[in-house]
Amino acid sequence: MSEDPSNSNDPIKLIDPHVHMSARTTDDYERMAASGVVALIEPAFWLGQPRTTVGAYMDYLSSLVGFERFRASQFGIRHYCTVGLNSKEANNEELAEAVMEILPLYLQKEGVVALGEIGYDDQTELEDRYLRKQIELAKEFDMVIMIHTPHRDKKHGTSRTMDVLEEHGVDPAKVAIDHNNEETVQEVLDRGYWAAFTLYPNTKMGNERMVEIVREYGSEKIFIDSAADWGVSDPLAVSKTFRLMHERGITKADIEQVCYHNALACYGQSGQIKEEDWLNPLPVDQRNLFHGNSVLRGGQTPRIDEDSLIIE
Amino acid sequence: MATESASALSLLESWLTSRLSTEAQAWYDEKRASLSCDRDFYIAFALVPRKLGKADLIPTEDEGAACTGWDPSNWTVDQAARIALLLAGPEASFIGRLEKLCATGDVGELVTLYQALPLYPNPASLAKRAAEGLRSNVVPVFEAVAHRNPFPKRYFDQAAWNQMVLKALFIGSSLHPIQGLDARANEALAATLIDYAHERWAAGREVNPELWRCMGPFLNEARLEDVNRALASENRLSKAAARLALGAAKFPEPEEGEALSWEEIHQSLAPC
Repeated sequence: MSEDPSNSNDPIKLIDPHVHMSARTTDDYERMAASGVVALIEPAFWLGQPRTTVGAYMDYLSSLVGFERFRASQFGIRHYCTVGLNSKEANNEELAEAVMEILPLYLQKEGVVALGEIGYDDQTELEDRYLRKQIELAKEFDMVIMIHTPHRDKKHGTSRTMDVLEEHGVDPAKVAIDHNNEETVQEVLDRGYWAAFTLYPNTKMGNERMVEIVREYGSEKIFIDSAADWGVSDPLAVSKTFRLMHERGITKADIEQVCYHNALACYGQSGQIKEEDWLNPLPVDQRNLFHGNSVLRGGQTPRIDEDSLIIE
Repeated sequence: MATESASALSLLESWLTSRLSTEAQAWYDEKRASLSCDRDFYIAFALVPRKLGKADLIPTEDEGAACTGWDPSNWTVDQAARIALLLAGPEASFIGRLEKLCATGDVGELVTLYQALPLYPNPASLAKRAAEGLRSNVVPVFEAVAHRNPFPKRYFDQAAWNQMVLKALFIGSSLHPIQGLDARANEALAATLIDYAHERWAAGREVNPELWRCMGPFLNEARLEDVNRALASENRLSKAAARLALGAAKFPEPEEGEALSWEEIHQSLAPC
């Protein structure tokens, strides 16, 4: 486990609260663990190409709560996930209806910390319908919601998503709005939501911009993630940004809020992710979910072999 | 419901009663009373760890002794409650529910469902389901079928049994928690394991000393050279295991060297 640059006695503890590990390799797990990631959240999303049957969707969700959770444990990382119908596949009405039928089978599985990622992509009528249906489902099961904000027409799409959430009477404190940028952050925070930022090369946030956002908006309800997936992306984005913030003079307390505590506080409302899970796991979890280089054993050699901390 | 399943259900429920808080017991009783609706059942099944916790069950001596033919020593409270809810539902729904739970299960659920195989009605019909558990890449799921479980020794045909033992060695799992290891030794398994040992040696890797226990009476003249290789190894446990294998097959044991029981060898191997 890496050592904290600001205090060499404390091991770094990081959470990546949005990363699609099914699309990543064991090298990524190793590097993430070595850089200090103790827990991560894998939101259900699309696979780069659309699924055509509900069976394919079920197998995917089963792997998120099953094999992928175990795979992460082999590297000493606790794996959590979110379950939901993503906005792209909401446009296939037949599939979407079938997925809505089976979602309740998964929402209460162990380690499911939210319903998500849901929201708008093209902001179509069908996307709107299944966003609303899933918001109602989240209310029925008293769940945290993870919102995906659209890549295109982001500012308007983000406002519209929050309008819909409020129309359905959702408490903003139980919602993380993800993929924010300089244009959306103020309104998201003003309306009482958690504001998540995705450090993803080229298409989302760069981490130098992120440092400035923390400087300007503080750390109260902001957290960061990599959203690393099958595209050109960086599973070390959280640890690189952690170190960049340190280099650029953000306080240790603010950095820890943004890279660990806030994601835990937000998704911890589910009761499904707790610091004890990795610091002091139950005996049965020790047996089933700590098969590799357990975080408990500690003492790994720090392994930071990246040339540059900057993500553009 | 079959007698065995009915008596397992009443055992599990009596253990729960002595361990659950009043509030947790009330939640369990409420869910137990509405098991006819599939959706209610699946949601209750999923919610069990949140409502009842995941403490180890730690059966007392008397409780353990009451389990004829199954071993609850590693069970937890949520596992006992989940299996009780599954067994307490309508008999006609049982197999459909089991299959759907296996298809959608998280790690904890799969471990729970597979380790309870011997308690299910008509267990002989579930050998394919059990073999599916052994195909899992999730080691605790594999071990839920293979370890401390009488199901394989009772219901697996020889091919499934042999695949289980070989896979246990292959994935670095232990053999001694497998029930029936000595009784189900067979010629085909002995041949497969000797081939496996050769592969390991060719790659410069060690062979788990427990492998020699599976030879049983099928250690023949042609295989003596291989046992002697283990006997000559530098690993103290391999030497002792080879000596035991020779004795079990009525070959003379070497006069020199340390004699250990299988029990002592298992205890010296990494705990599982």
